[in-house]
Amino acid sequence: MTRRTLRPGRALAWVAMAVFVVVTVFPFWWMIRTALTPAADIYTDNAGLLPEHPTLINFTRVLGLTTEAEARAAGGSGAHINFAGYLWNSVVYCSLIAAVQTLFCAMAGYAFARLRFPGRDLVFGIVIAALMVPPIFTLLPNFIFVKDLGLMSTMAGMVAPTVLMTPFAVFFLRQFFLSLPRDVEEAAILDGNGPWGIFWRIALPMSRGPLITIGLTTTVWAWKDYLWPLLVGRDEENRLVTVALGVFLQQSPNTQPDWTGLMAASTLSVLPVLVLLIFMGKRLVQSLNFTGSK
Amino acid sequence: MSATKPRDDRRAAWWFLAPVLVGFAVFYGYPAARGVWYSVTDYNMLTTASYVGTENYAKLFADAKFWNSMLVTAWYVVLNIGSQTLLALGVASLMHRLTRSVVLRATLLLPWLVPNVTIGLLWMWLLDTNLGFVNQLLHTFGLGPVGFFTDETWAMPTVAGINTWAYTGYTALLLYAGMLQIPQYLYEGAAIDGAGEWRMFRGITLPLLRPVLALVLVVSMIGSFQIFDTIAVTTKGGPVSATQVIYYFIYQQAFKYFHMGYAAAAAICLALILGVLTAIQMRMLRASRSDLA
Repeated sequence: MTRRTLRPGRALAWVAMAVFVVVTVFPFWWMIRTALTPAADIYTDNAGLLPEHPTLINFTRVLGLTTEAEARAAGGSGAHINFAGYLWNSVVYCSLIAAVQTLFCAMAGYAFARLRFPGRDLVFGIVIAALMVPPIFTLLPNFIFVKDLGLMSTMAGMVAPTVLMTPFAVFFLRQFFLSLPRDVEEAAILDGNGPWGIFWRIALPMSRGPLITIGLTTTVWAWKDYLWPLLVGRDEENRLVTVALGVFLQQSPNTQPDWTGLMAASTLSVLPVLVLLIFMGKRLVQSLNFTGSK
Repeated sequence: MSATKPRDDRRAAWWFLAPVLVGFAVFYGYPAARGVWYSVTDYNMLTTASYVGTENYAKLFADAKFWNSMLVTAWYVVLNIGSQTLLALGVASLMHRLTRSVVLRATLLLPWLVPNVTIGLLWMWLLDTNLGFVNQLLHTFGLGPVGFFTDETWAMPTVAGINTWAYTGYTALLLYAGMLQIPQYLYEGAAIDGAGEWRMFRGITLPLLRPVLALVLVVSMIGSFQIFDTIAVTTKGGPVSATQVIYYFIYQQAFKYFHMGYAAAAAICLALILGVLTAIQMRMLRASRSDLA
């Protein structure tokens, strides 16, 4: 295409795009700005783009780095709060689910795509049918089951339903393995490799892209998880960031929530995914081409 | 190579499949069967369940609160999917005709990466009746204050608007990916014929995007029917029951009143709706694949 001069229509389109970007980003700016504002200033200092007396006290108090008296003086409710611990729980939760689920689903996807055994298509069909079952339906019985197993308030109970598999990951990875060229694998068979050898030495290294894609998507979803961890992981020592944010809001007085503290905690819950976006942004954006039109 | 006898990997295959099959049986198959069983019992987590036939369903269909929650959910889906799809279509076409920037695309994706709980909190603060940024802005124009979460008519549009804000970028990127598959020469040819941007959008983009658009629509509807997090954080179903969506209804029946059987019956009704939508989605997927081949 030839280089065009900026026509009025095109300029207008850029303006519309810019407005959309500002609307997308501004709430995050306001969140960080509030987190950096002293609680005492919240009534007077709420017009400028930057706080008048910037402070890190809201971060240190929600991270549990101050004494309770200091936290209360800075606007806290006095309830114990430790987002450092909750962040760590969330990181453990997400890494466990993303790593283990991706590996197991890759194994199954490979078996469904490449290995020959009786009943293969039937078993695959049954697993895929689970895509039609909405999470709420299995949530109630799973809750009772995990409770009966005595796994309430444990990391094991929290990751249990998703750590082994999700039907989507199996489906997605099988589709990918089907598209891998067969000749490399057939050469490996002639070299005397069994299915395990081929899977580990040939198929897995060739699927780095899709494995990272499904791993990243799983991480993001696990980071956002709320209802299941809310039911199973209420206790302080296993609380995830999302659950902790909800508890923090409830502890905060209804008449005047601890907004500066809440925004500091919210900022902390965004930070890890922001880092992910900065380092893996390209990969994430490309993954949408994959998962969107599957 | 084809001379070798057909391989049979059955021994290896079951090892490959073991973890996934265990996960499937224990956390999908077994609970699904249990869910169906609970829906015909009076199970309440304290006493043992006894069979009550279709009583739960009969009660459910006579329960005004259940129907209200269905209606409220439908209202939410209309508001959310309508605004989100239109906006996303607009943003995607702008992007498609303006730029390929990865930085821009990553920026638009940001709200999608953030937990709904955070998004709920963030907007509770921005929309706070007294101190919130939006009401201050309205104030400078001599408007408001608006009780976005506390006013019965405003609560649901507010929640829908928040989720539209959170998911428009993501939806736009899905549509944009679809637009990239439209051959560029169609636009070049149309430009030579003197077609304007609007005519190209109506004549080329929209018709060729239709399969992707339909798929995105169904997928976002499935998500939209399952709204929970935002409501659990912001309105808790209120004011009165203006935002009492079906997910929240089921959640309360199960974990507030411990009517497990009743909640399971309601969950089955929702599952049926979502099952139909998912079946449509699968059919579309198959259709779009054969188109590409």
